[in-house]
Amino acid sequence: MTALTRLLSSTPFRLTLAYMGAFVLAAGLVVGFVAWRANDLLTNKVIETLEAEVTGLREQFQAGGVERLASVIAQRSTQPGSSLYLLVDTAGRKVAGNLNRVPPEFEAAQRGALFNYARAGEEGGRAQRHAVGVSLPVPGGLVLIVGRDIEDLHRFAGTMGQLGLWSIVLLALLGIGAGLAVSRSVLRRIEAVTETSRTIMAGDLSKRIPLDGSGDELDRLSESLNAMLGRIEELMVALREVSNNIAHDLKTPLNRLRNRAEAALRDPDNPASYRDGLVKTIEEADDLIKTFNSLLLIARLEAGAVAESMEPLDPASVIADVAELYEPVAEEAGLRLDVNARKGLTLTANRELVGQAVANLVDNAIKYSVDDAKPEADGATRRSIDISLSRAGDAIEIVVADRGPGVAPQDRERALQRFVRLEKSRSRPGSGLGLSLVAAVARLHGGTIRLEDNAPGLRAVLTLPMRSAPAKEPPSAASELRQPKVAASPTAAD
Amino acid sequence: MRDSLLQSQPSIRPMRVLVVEDDRETAQFLQRSLRESGHTTDIAGDGESGLAMAREGGYDVLIVDRMLPRRDGLSVVQTLRAEGARTPVLILSALSEVDDRVKGLRAGGDDYLTKPYAYTELLARIEALVRRPAPEEQTTRYSVGDLSLDRLSHKVTRAGDPILLQPREFRLLEYLMKHAGQVVTRTMLLENVWDYHFDPQTNVIDVHISRLRGKIDKGFAKPLLHTVRGAGYMIRDGAD
Repeated sequence: MTALTRLLSSTPFRLTLAYMGAFVLAAGLVVGFVAWRANDLLTNKVIETLEAEVTGLREQFQAGGVERLASVIAQRSTQPGSSLYLLVDTAGRKVAGNLNRVPPEFEAAQRGALFNYARAGEEGGRAQRHAVGVSLPVPGGLVLIVGRDIEDLHRFAGTMGQLGLWSIVLLALLGIGAGLAVSRSVLRRIEAVTETSRTIMAGDLSKRIPLDGSGDELDRLSESLNAMLGRIEELMVALREVSNNIAHDLKTPLNRLRNRAEAALRDPDNPASYRDGLVKTIEEADDLIKTFNSLLLIARLEAGAVAESMEPLDPASVIADVAELYEPVAEEAGLRLDVNARKGLTLTANRELVGQAVANLVDNAIKYSVDDAKPEADGATRRSIDISLSRAGDAIEIVVADRGPGVAPQDRERALQRFVRLEKSRSRPGSGLGLSLVAAVARLHGGTIRLEDNAPGLRAVLTLPMRSAPAKEPPSAASELRQPKVAASPTAAD
Repeated sequence: MRDSLLQSQPSIRPMRVLVVEDDRETAQFLQRSLRESGHTTDIAGDGESGLAMAREGGYDVLIVDRMLPRRDGLSVVQTLRAEGARTPVLILSALSEVDDRVKGLRAGGDDYLTKPYAYTELLARIEALVRRPAPEEQTTRYSVGDLSLDRLSHKVTRAGDPILLQPREFRLLEYLMKHAGQVVTRTMLLENVWDYHFDPQTNVIDVHISRLRGKIDKGFAKPLLHTVRGAGYMIRDGAD
C-alpha cells in the first residue's frame, strides 16, 4: 500500500470526505433555496410594478382611448429606463412602444411571461436581454404588452450563482485539504503506534510509542499503552528469569542426581558403593523436591489468599523460636546470635510463613557470615548476627543483620527486581530461593523487605503491618523488594 | 553424622493399611513398599469404594489422597469421622497451599503429606500415627536401653546418671523416645518439636540432634540415637 492510498483510505480522511460531501450538499441546498426565494421575490416585485403600470395605462385608455394610450406609450417609451412597452394592432403591427415585435414567448402565455428581446436599434447586433412582461388585450383588438427589463437582475443572479458555486467548490477543496492534513497528522501518530506494536510483536519488547507531549487523548492513549507495555515487559523478563532459574535450580541437581546414579551403576560389584550411590541419589531427589516446593510456595504466595490462616501472634515468640532453632547451627559455625526482641507486640499474620521468612533471613545471615573469612575483620563484631524486633509506627520491623560481605549497592538495586538471582550467589548451597520466599511472605502480609548496608555486612529489614492488610496493591516504593534471590557475596568459593 | 547405615526398620507391629489413591502406579508402589516394610495394604481406586472399605474396618491406618474420583478425599475423612471412626488418617495431597494443611487437619486428618514425598517420610509418619497412644494410656516415663525420661519431673538419666537438657532438647528427646524404634524424619521433628512445617534450608535439625547426641550418647559404648540415612533419626536399643 503506498503512502497516498494509505492516506486516502485512512479513517480520518474518509470521515473528512463524508463530512465534506454532506457539507457541500447542505451548502448547495441552502444557496439554491436562497437563490430561488430571491428570484421569486424579485420577480413578484417586478410583476407588482407591472400590474400597477397596467392599471395606470388602463386609466389612460379609459380617459382617452387608443390614441391617448398610444401617445402615452410613445412618450414613456422614449424615456430611459427599464420599462418596455408595445402596443400592436389586430394585424400584429406595432402601434407604439419600444419593443419591435411581440416576443414569441407571448404566443402561448395568456397573461405574462419571461421573454427575451433585443433593444430597439440593436436588433441582431447584440445578445438578447431578459425581460418579464404581461400582455393584455385592449378593446378594439389591440394588444398591449408592458414589460420590464430584468437583464441586470438576471446577470446579478447569474453572478451570484456562479459565486456560490465557486465558493462551494473552494470550500470543498479547502475541506479536503484540511482533511488530508489532519488525517496525515493523526495517521502519522497512529502509524507510530502500529509501527511500535509491530516491532514489539517481532520481539523487541523495549520499544515504546513516542509521545508528542501534547497531553491529548492520543498522547494519553499512548501513555497507557506504554505503561501496559512496560508491565508486559517486566512480566516477560520475570518469566524469562524464572524459567532460567528453574532450569538452573532444577537441572543442575537433576544432572547431579543422574551422575550419582550412573556412578553407582558403573560399580555393580561393590554393594556398599551401590548403596551409597542410591542413598545420595535419594538425598539429591529430596533437595530437588525442596526446591520445587519452594518454587510452588512462592508462586502460591504471589497468588495470595491465605487469609484463613492469619492469626494474632507475638512476633517476639516467633523470633525466639527461630533463634532457638538456629542457635546450634550458628554456634557450630562460630557465630553468635544476638536477639533483641521487643515483647508484647501483636501481629496478625500466618505464623508458619513469618517463621519461615525469619528463618530464611537467619539462614542466609549464617551462610554468608561463615563464608566470609577475612582475617583483618574485627572478630568481635564479625562473629555476631543481630536479630531485632521493634515497632515502627503501625508496623513491626524485624531486622537480621550480619557481618558478612553484604550486598553491593548496585546489586541491591538489581536484587529489587523480581526473580533476579545475583550471579555471585549461584555457587552457594541451598535452593537460592530463600529471599524470594521472604519477599513473597512480606508482600502477602502487605509488608516489605529491604536490604541495607550494615557496614560491614547485610541488614535485612522485614517490615510487616501489625494489622495485616490484603496485599493487593502494587508495590509503591522503589525500594520494595519483591522477588530477589539470595544476596550477593564477593566470595564465590564454596 | 553417619553412625549407622540402617535401613528403614521393619515395624515392630505389622499394620493393615488402606491406600485410597486413584493413580494405580502410586498405589502399587505404596503397596509394594509397605509390603517390604512388613505391612499389608489394600487399595481403593476412588473415594466411594475407599469409604466403603474403610467402613468395614480392620485397618490400622488410612492413606487418603485428597483428589479422588467420585468422592473427594476430605469428604471421605469427614464422613468417617462423623460416623465415629477413629482410625488414623494420613492425607496425601499435591495441593500445598498454606491453608490446605489446615483444611486437611480440620477435616479430621491426623497428618498431612504433600506430594512429592519420600516413601521413608510416609512410612515414618504412618508408623508414628499408629503408635500414637490413646489419651488414657499416656505414659509418664519413657525408657530406651539405659536411657530414661520422666515426663513429669523432666528428668533424664542414662545409666542412672542425670543428664541436663535444655527445654527444647528435652522435647526433642521426648518425641524421639515416644517413637522409639521408629524412624523419625527431620520434618516430623520440626513439626512436632518446633511446630513449624517448612523445610529449613540448612541442617538445623541435624545440629540439634548432634548436640543432643553429645549429651546422651557421648562416653557410652552403645549409641542409642541413630541416623537413618535418607530418612531421619531413630532412638533404639539394640545392636547395629
